[in-house]
Order: sequence, then C-alpha cells, then structure tokens
Amino acid sequence: MFATLQDRLAATFKNLRGKGKLTDADIDATAREIRVALLEADVALPVVKDFIEAVRARARGVEVHQALNPAQQIIKIVNDELIEILGGETRRLRFAKNPPSVIMLAGLQGSGKTTLAGKLAHWLRAQGHQPVLVAADLQRPNAVTQLQVVGERAGVPVFAPEPGNGVGNPVDVARRAIEHAKQKMYDVVIVDTAGRLGIDQALMQQAADIRDAVNPDETLFVVDAMVGQDAVNTAQAFLDGVGFDGVVLTKLDGDARGGAALSVAKVTGRQVMFASAGEKLDEFDTFHPDRMASRILGMGDVLTLIEQAEKAFDKDQAEEMAGKFGRGEDFTFEDFLAQMESVRKMGSMSKLLGMLPGMGQMREQIENIDEREIDRVTAIIKSMTPAERRDHKILNGSRRSRIARGSGSTVTDVNGLVERFVEAQKMMRQLAAGGGMPGMPGIPGMGRGGKKSKGKAQARQAAAKKGGKSRSGNPAKRAQQQALAARQPGDGAPLDLPEDFELPAELKNLLPPGQR
Amino acid sequence: MDPFTLIVIVIALVVVAAVVGSVTLLGGRRRKSSLPAAPPQDLPTLQDVPGGGVEVLEPETAAPETAEPTLDRPEAPATRLARLRGRLSRSQGIGRGLLSLLSRDKLDESTWEEVEDTLLTADVGVGPTQELVARLRARVNGLDDRTPDGLRTLLREELLALIGPDTDRSLTTHADGRPAVVLVVGVNGTGKTTTVGKLARVLVAEDRSVLLGAADTFRAAAADQLTTWGVRVGAPTVRGPEAGDPASVAFDAVQQGIDGGYDVVLLDTAGRLQNKVGLMDELGKIKRVVEKHGPVDEVLLVLDATTGQNGMVQARVFSEVVDVTGIVLTKLDGTAKGGIVVAVQRELGVPVKLIGLGEGPDDLAPFDPEAFVDALIEG
Ligand SMILES: Nc1nc2c(ncn2[C@@H]2O[C@H](COP(=O)(O)OP(=O)(O)OP(=O)(O)O)[C@@H](O)[C@H]2O)c(=O)[nH]1
Ligand SMILES: [Mg+2]
Repeated sequence: MFATLQDRLAATFKNLRGKGKLTDADIDATAREIRVALLEADVALPVVKDFIEAVRARARGVEVHQALNPAQQIIKIVNDELIEILGGETRRLRFAKNPPSVIMLAGLQGSGKTTLAGKLAHWLRAQGHQPVLVAADLQRPNAVTQLQVVGERAGVPVFAPEPGNGVGNPVDVARRAIEHAKQKMYDVVIVDTAGRLGIDQALMQQAADIRDAVNPDETLFVVDAMVGQDAVNTAQAFLDGVGFDGVVLTKLDGDARGGAALSVAKVTGRQVMFASAGEKLDEFDTFHPDRMASRILGMGDVLTLIEQAEKAFDKDQAEEMAGKFGRGEDFTFEDFLAQMESVRKMGSMSKLLGMLPGMGQMREQIENIDEREIDRVTAIIKSMTPAERRDHKILNGSRRSRIARGSGSTVTDVNGLVERFVEAQKMMRQLAAGGGMPGMPGIPGMGRGGKKSKGKAQARQAAAKKGGKSRSGNPAKRAQQQALAARQPGDGAPLDLPEDFELPAELKNLLPPGQR
Repeated sequence: MDPFTLIVIVIALVVVAAVVGSVTLLGGRRRKSSLPAAPPQDLPTLQDVPGGGVEVLEPETAAPETAEPTLDRPEAPATRLARLRGRLSRSQGIGRGLLSLLSRDKLDESTWEEVEDTLLTADVGVGPTQELVARLRARVNGLDDRTPDGLRTLLREELLALIGPDTDRSLTTHADGRPAVVLVVGVNGTGKTTTVGKLARVLVAEDRSVLLGAADTFRAAAADQLTTWGVRVGAPTVRGPEAGDPASVAFDAVQQGIDGGYDVVLLDTAGRLQNKVGLMDELGKIKRVVEKHGPVDEVLLVLDATTGQNGMVQARVFSEVVDVTGIVLTKLDGTAKGGIVVAVQRELGVPVKLIGLGEGPDDLAPFDPEAFVDALIEG
C-alpha cells in the first residue's frame, strides 16, 4: 500500500506560509506528488502526464489563504478532474427499438467476462427483461459449461449450440443466437466471447466478425481493476479492433486502487458503466465516478464502507448494540466477539480502517496490523466460559492460565487482551455518558437521545460540543451528505470534500500506543 | 443505512483495532506459531468426507466432447524455447524501446526521463524505478563510457542483479517415497488452471505420472475445466462434490496420489483476492490439511503479467498465508511486461520459476532472467 496523495501533499505544503498564489516551485512539487500518487494507483503514464498538465494549469490560480489549506484545495482540483474524466453522469444501457437488444462482451483473458455475463443477466432479469446468454467462448476449456452453470444460477436461459473446447464457430453461434432470441421472444441477448489479446490479429478479427454478425447495441469492454500500465495499450487495441461503447470494471472487491479505470476512460473516451465487485451474482452495480476518484486517490471511502457494513452487520445486532450503549450497559466479551465477526465479514481490518477518512496519518500503523491477530484473539475469547465472557472481573490467575492453555497462547497474551478490553469498555462508557461519539455530533441512537429524537439529540450534542468543529469534519455526517449526493444524481455536487479529514482525537486515542 | 448503525460500525472497527492491534504490540512481533492449535472449528474434517465422495476420472471416460482426445507428444524443449522466445518479443514493435531511445550520443535529462518512463510503463513501480535510476546515475558518473550504449548495458546489469540471475529456479517435482505435491494459488483469472494443465503436460512428457486435484470447488465448471486439461495432457483428475470442502478434495487427491504411486500431484485452487480474509484462511487450511500427508513441495503463485502495483500486495499476502516458493508469470505473450515481479523478487525473494506465453498446452517455459530483462527494456 502506498501513501495517499493527501499525505504527500500535506508533507509538501508543510512549510508553506504567507499569502498570494502558489509559486512555480510549489506547483512543481505538487505535480511531482500527484504523478507519484497516480502511478502508484496504476494510472497509465501517458494519462498521468496529460492529467498533471491540466491540474497544473488550475493550480496556478490557487490562492494561499490562512483558512483554506492548499493541500486540500489541490486535492479538490485533482478530485474534480478525476471525476470529469471518469465521466460526470452515468450513462444507461441503450436498448434497441426493436428487440432483441444485443450486448456483446469483450476483453482480455481472465478479466471476468463470463462471471459478468451472469451478473448482467441477473440484473436485467430483476428489471423485468428476458435476457438470454450466448456461449460464444468456444476456446477456453469448459467456458461453455461455466456459462451454463452461471445461467442456471441466474435463472436465465443459455444458448449454447456448440460444445466449445475448440469445437464450433463463435461467429456462427452469435448469428444464430439472434434468430433464437427472436423466436423465443427474449428481449436482451448477452454474448460472452473468448478472452483475447489486443495484439492477436486473428482473434481480434474474429471479435470484429462476431460484432458484425450480431450488430450489438452495446459492446462492453471488460477490464480487471488490478491491471497496470498495459491498460492503455489493450484498451486502444480493443477500440481499434472491435470498438466498444462502454467499459466494465471488475474485481473491484480487491484492494487495487484501480487506476486502470482512469486510463481506459481517458484514452478511449468511453465511460465506465458498471462495477463488478465479487464472485456472487448480485455483486454488481452501476459505476460511481466520485467513489472511484476517492479510491484512486486512496481517500476514505465511507460509502463503500457503509455498503459493506450493510451486508455484513446484522441489523438487529447493531441496533441491540446501540441500545446497550444508550442504556449505559457494559460492553462484554460476547459483544466484542460478535463485533469481531461482523468486522471480519466486511474484509480486512487494514482495508476497513483505511476507508475511514482521516486515517491517513495512521497509514503505516494500519498496514502493520496483523490480520491473523483476529484469529488469536478469537481463540482466546472462545476459550473463556460464558460466565467469563459476560464478566471479565472473575478472570483470576488460574482462569487466565486455563484460557491461555486452551487457546494455545500465553498468559501474557490473555492479560494483554483483558487490559485492552477494559480500556475499550471504559471508552464505551464515556461515549454513552457523553451522549455521543466525541467529535461526531448528530449521531442519534447514541447516548440517551435514542433514535427517535434525532433532531434534539443532534442539537444537544452540537451545543455541548466545546470546539465547535465544522460540521463536515464529521465523518458520519459527511457520509450522510455523500449518501445523499450519490442517491440524488443530477444535483451537481458529486463529492463534497471535507475541509478536515482529521479523525477525532478521541478516536485516535483509542488506538493503542504506537498506533497513534 | 441509518447513521446510528454506522456509528456502531465505526466503534466496532475502532474497538477491534484497539484490542486486536494492541495484542500484536504486547505479544511481540510476528508470533506466527504462537497458536499452534487452530480453533476447533478449523480442524480438518477428513473423517466426514470419506474417499467415496471423490471420484477419479480416467482420461478415457471423461469429457468425451473434448476437441483433442488423442495425446500427441509435447514439443521438444529446444524448439519450444525458440518459439516462445519469439512470442516474448512479439510486442516489441509497440513501445519505443530503450535501445532506440538511446541513440543519442549524450546523456541529458530527457534521456534519463525516458529511462524512467520505460521502466514505469513496464509496471516496475515508482519506488524501484527511482532507486534504479538513482543508482544508474551514480554509476554512470564514475564511468568512462558515458554513452547511451554504456547506459543500456548498465541498466541491463542492474535489472538482472535485482532479479537474481543465479537464483535457483528449478521446480521440486521429486520426493522420496511419495508423490511430490505442487499447490497452485493466486487471484481470480490469472491462469492457475491453465498453468496446472501446461505443467502436467511438461511432466508427462518427461515420463512422470501426474495426478491432478481439483480443489476449486467454488467457481462454476472449474473442475470440468481442469478435467478437460487432464484429458488433453494425459493425467487423471481427482474431484469432489460441487461446493464441497476444497481441503478434503486436496487431501484425497494426495491420498490417491500416494496410493496410486504417482510421481507428482498438482493441486489447482480457486481464485481468491488476497484481501478476503475468509478465503485466505481457507487456503491456509488446504495447505495444512495436505501437509498431514507430508510436506508440500512447491507452492506456486500465479501472477498475471498485466497486473499493476497490486501484484506486490498479492505476493506478500499469499506468501504470508501459504509460504509461496515460486512465481508463475502468465500472459507474457501480450503487451504487458510483468515488471511488478522485479519488486516482488527483490522484496520477497521469491523467484519467478515459470512463464506462461499463451493458451496452448505447450505455452509454458522456464523463466529466463536475461530474456525477461531484455523484453522489459526493449519494450
Ligand atoms: N494469452 C494468454 N492467456 C492465458 C495464459 N494463461 C492463461 N490464459 C488464459 O487466461 C484465462 C484464465 O485462465 P484460467 O487458467 O482459467 O485462470 P484461473 O486462474 O484458473 O481462473 P479462476 O480459477 O477463475 O480464478 C483463460 O482464458 C486462459 O486461457 C497465458 O499465458 N497467455
Ligand atoms: Mg481456475
């Protein structure tokens, strides 16, 4: 993992003082940092170069104020430019006036076309369409079988007249598929093609022949979010060889920054339309340029966090937990175990923490978190009796050594865990008593307010707050704003960048010494 | 989601980080083996899955629709290498290689920048590229022959040194009194199954008896894909029930390898992204369970040459979980250079052992550091 642009620019501007415009030297330094940040996010070099020129021009206008930090101003510029290239508003799929509409998928080997075909079919079906999948990858062993299984899972018919594994002509299959769809009244035809290299002339010709045979309404280029510098060559080769109307980014559930999205969008001028993030059929979404921009820049992605949380956290459990805090009840090892399990379901700790805005300063510490530690801690807690989990105070020496033995750890480990746990418990109590997460006003459900008296609790907390931090410095509030922005397309404000990414000091203090 | 749930999540995250993270601090660094006994639910459940749940598909009976049911002899190594080397340099025309860039007689700033650009566009990465260029500059200063040609020789030397021309890149496919076990791992779609097929072909050509284990029980038709490869190259495939436990399939495959007196057992696993903790645990378990039979001789990480900087993260995490012994760099027949393995080799010391150069059964070759470096800088 790499330093975020945020960190880099903060360091660059540390010594910046005074007023007026940024100097040429400042702008050069800025350009260097942006270059490195984008390259580390796998944005292709030629794209990086163009991009920096655009940012440079705009950076010349940046005024150095006391109130507004130039690093943040620059980031805002970069972010805006990124969103612009990634495509302001999301384009929708085009359907044919006279069905069937034809969607053809093309891309490199292993980019995820077959899985995507299934997801697309599933998604279209949910919207009331009657799609049919066409097995035109007759090359890769058992690609046809794979598509058949995928189709079955999606509840969508599969047109697979040829066995594949080198047998059959994909152009012919594609052509027959259209007739088949007309006969059976399917209204969308999704053609899965074999993976091919941009420099493979023969196979690119074949792709063009398939295209000519089915005359697609949409040809989608499928590209893996992990792809590096080669993204531009490949995208260009496919654009020249087959042509495409939109891009699908796959494997976004990984931890690659996904700079390829920018490379492809910039070089081809085609929009990324869908994002595919997972191996399951429903892990598929329309593409959000603002989220992608944050991701490329390595900035906290609260929306993604929320989405993953929605999947992983049991709603009742979360409500119960919140209620507990509200009533000032003590948080037990049982609760903690449940929390760990939910957090674990959401993904790796370092990735999740990294999604929280303001964690930049702790990047290194976050990266050094040993994920397997969760297993060790789980093993320790699981070796406790239910009574011990409910009340850690009964944990005397002999109980602790029994637990250590049972979990294959040492008494020191157990002691350390209990110690940290007591700290965490104390912190939770403070939160409950204080009526809200410090530095996070406006969170109902915490403290005595309960979730119904949202407005009141918010007002009370805001009033009680000493420093009176600006409202958008609050991650949860910001998340709400972002969620609103994302859910109301066309309101013109894709991402309202906070002036302050600082994690509340109280939260920072929660991290163990050395991780602060 | 309502904000109060979000706050619970944030608290949960921070609390887990605080409690879990600090155990790391208190407990000292990297106590990999401090928990010798895995939690009970993680214990292998071999007893639950009797050998009866697993079928061995003989090449003669399986996948009758295969295009190439007849086994032809694999290509001789010499012609194979010559053909594949041609393919490695197939992309030469695309980029402007260093060679042509360095046709000036003076090294000016823009020449250095071009050196840097060449490395960057090969996915070598910013850090390694800058270090390399800095070292080159230092060396060039103390050099009599300050020509682009001299620079090119230097660059080649330095890159080679990074990759380790003398590293042992041989595959362990011999074990005494039992089959050698090779475990193939990697993220989705990199070419694991294809590599297993190609590798089996090479081994069969050397008259070794090979058994394939389809430990990808997750992806649709993954086991069929491997079986087809097995039929194509003349190796039977052990497969388990769909959505079954991959560790039991792997265990059974090795068991049958032992019982049947096979020389090598190749285990194909499901693609998994390295940030999915559950799937990585599953992989760790596969390896531990297989080790009940004896050591795993090779753990091959399959990296796709098109992969960018994330390749480093992949290599690091997979190494932590299953102790990777070698890398297979696939899809080098395309325009991607696979420069990420420079950093991977340097940081993790895991050698690239094989390269994939196409989809055909003979498109696998041993890694040749010199040819690789030439392709990097001649792009
Ligand atoms: N051009 C080229 N294609 C390759 C190479 N190796 C594999 N492929 C292709 O890449 C695609 C994916 O290969 P697989 O072997 O199915 O990959 P995998 O890692 O097993 O995939 P999952 O099991 O789905 O994660 C297939 O279309 C292969 O034919 C290679 O060296 N060059
Ligand atoms: Mg596979």
